[in-house]
Amino acid sequence: MEPLRIVRSRTVVVPLANVDTDQIIPARFLTTTTKEGLGKQLFADWRYRSDGAPNPDFILNQAPALGCQVLVAGRNFGCGSSREHAPWALLDYGIRAVVSTEIADIFRNNSLKNGLLPVIVDEATAKWLIEHPGADVSIDLESATLTLPTGVAVPFPIEAFARHCLLNGVDELGYLQSKLADIERYEASRPSAA
Amino acid sequence: MAASTLFDKVWKAHEVVPETAATPAVLYIDLHLVHEVTSPQAFSVLRSLKLPVRRLDRTLATMDHSTPTTTDQVFGKVPIKVDAAAKQVRQLEQNAADFGVELFGMRDARRGIVHVISPELGASRPGMTIVCGDSHTSTHGAFGALAFGIGSTEVGHVLATQCLLQRKPKSFAINVEGKLPPGVTAKDLILAIIGKVGVSGGTGHVFEYRGSTIRGLSMDERMTICNMSIEAGARAGMVAPDEVTFAYLDGKPRAPKGKDWEESLARWKQLASDPGAAFDLSVDIDAAALEPMITYGTNPGMVVPIGGAIPHSAGDAIHDKALGYMGFRGGDAMLGKPVNTVFIGSCTNGRLEDLEAAARVLKGRKVASGVHLLIVPGSQQIKRDAEAAGLADVFRAAGADWRESGCSMCLGMNGDTVGAGQYSLSTSNRNFEGRQGVGARTLLASPLTAAASAVRGRITDPREFL
Repeated sequence: MEPLRIVRSRTVVVPLANVDTDQIIPARFLTTTTKEGLGKQLFADWRYRSDGAPNPDFILNQAPALGCQVLVAGRNFGCGSSREHAPWALLDYGIRAVVSTEIADIFRNNSLKNGLLPVIVDEATAKWLIEHPGADVSIDLESATLTLPTGVAVPFPIEAFARHCLLNGVDELGYLQSKLADIERYEASRPSAA
Repeated sequence: MAASTLFDKVWKAHEVVPETAATPAVLYIDLHLVHEVTSPQAFSVLRSLKLPVRRLDRTLATMDHSTPTTTDQVFGKVPIKVDAAAKQVRQLEQNAADFGVELFGMRDARRGIVHVISPELGASRPGMTIVCGDSHTSTHGAFGALAFGIGSTEVGHVLATQCLLQRKPKSFAINVEGKLPPGVTAKDLILAIIGKVGVSGGTGHVFEYRGSTIRGLSMDERMTICNMSIEAGARAGMVAPDEVTFAYLDGKPRAPKGKDWEESLARWKQLASDPGAAFDLSVDIDAAALEPMITYGTNPGMVVPIGGAIPHSAGDAIHDKALGYMGFRGGDAMLGKPVNTVFIGSCTNGRLEDLEAAARVLKGRKVASGVHLLIVPGSQQIKRDAEAAGLADVFRAAGADWRESGCSMCLGMNGDTVGAGQYSLSTSNRNFEGRQGVGARTLLASPLTAAASAVRGRITDPREFL
């Protein structure tokens, strides 16, 4: 994975709460056996009409959304299914960070494993961001802060090891493999029928 | 020693390396369940790194999410109609063969929904850690296991190392006291819990379902409860193992035998939360006050008692969008609303007791004209059991469509879908927009409510039939 330190972008805002991973990528697109190419189907049922034409009312089909790498969302983004296809679809589309007051556990884990930054902010910051779509923001993973165009820097929580891995492009699998001796010792200590 | 919760004990027993401020715990995984939809990318990682599956004896694969449910497709008389699904099935067969993973394949008598077959095999047991690339892995918590869903990257981590990097979640006690009234089921109870806690109330927490009501539930019922923990945002849901758990496991094909059984039993009896163990959060539910529940919106927390009305919006955008999608208005009564499709099945309500409940209502009755009642058993074993018990005859006589096992219409990956704008009363776990098909409108309820509503063609209180 490429090291990730700063995401600077205008925001695109999907203000709804409880956006579930079925909306991010509907199940009928999960029949792929690779990670690539899912960006076309990101938010498919909101983005396209039943005849396949883009729905002009949906924000991703509007000019200001073009090229935005930061998605601002309502609370509890990414709830529901554990499908990692959700962060894959967001990344393939070009989103590098999701900002919300609350991000569902499995989606947050899956995002961190793929270099999509889950940024959890306070209510006031979220409200400001939702009211100012297209705001130029800067997210610095090193200092774990999101800086608004007003100059206000808002700290966000991020798990220390995930942050280390993202900043340095470290693969978590490699770290787990480095613990092999501990794993073998643990296995040897277990009761037989456990 | 400080009093510990069930969750604390299971977590502690699986710490290969405890967590520190800088690093998460390395947590050992006892059982890894694999299915065709979330595993291909993980096997690709192993292949590219030339890594084997570390513990084949702790890995079990099946196919369920995208598999067909018609007998001709399952047993190869006709090709699988959904091409991409057929490709995933072949891919899992190839991956299982290449890596030596045990696979209950398409025509295996032990195949079924991953969260149904592992319990019926006796592979899901108290005190274990169990993961699967599926959020409903929480089901196995009914056995006093710590069981949770993971993404495909983590599927790769477990295949390669049998471990995961995890921060310890917080604990959340769901205390349920009182006797469930007649016609009120485990499904109604968990829907009521989600309604109370909210769809993100459990985020970052592991639920422990406690109290006299939970102790009085069967294993099938406990699995229904734990299954939907994720719908309240929880990482997992657990129930302390007791005599009900032990009686269920005794004699199951993969349960320990003889001396191992005795030793396991002694260990399992130590798992329940100690008296006075502290939880980070708790909520109390009065089971005796509950009614059959039904959802009206587009997440499982948008739920009301079946005799109730849809809440009025208070300028809430989610509520308005959900009602617009569902074609409902605030103040509408739920009873009497028409249904087009009724689905009985899924990892939530596809077990034998669920089918028995449906049959109790359907016996001697007919599905209303114009309604499609699809009944999909959770596993091939349950299919055989239901046929042997005469349940399938009841279903067929009622005019229901009785199929081979799988996830089916819960998520509509396999071609079993609900049409746009159609109302589906479903015993599954998610009523998200488009979950059962593009534009499909899903109402979640119990198998009793589903069967009663299929008979009337309208949302019906099942107590009318009991």
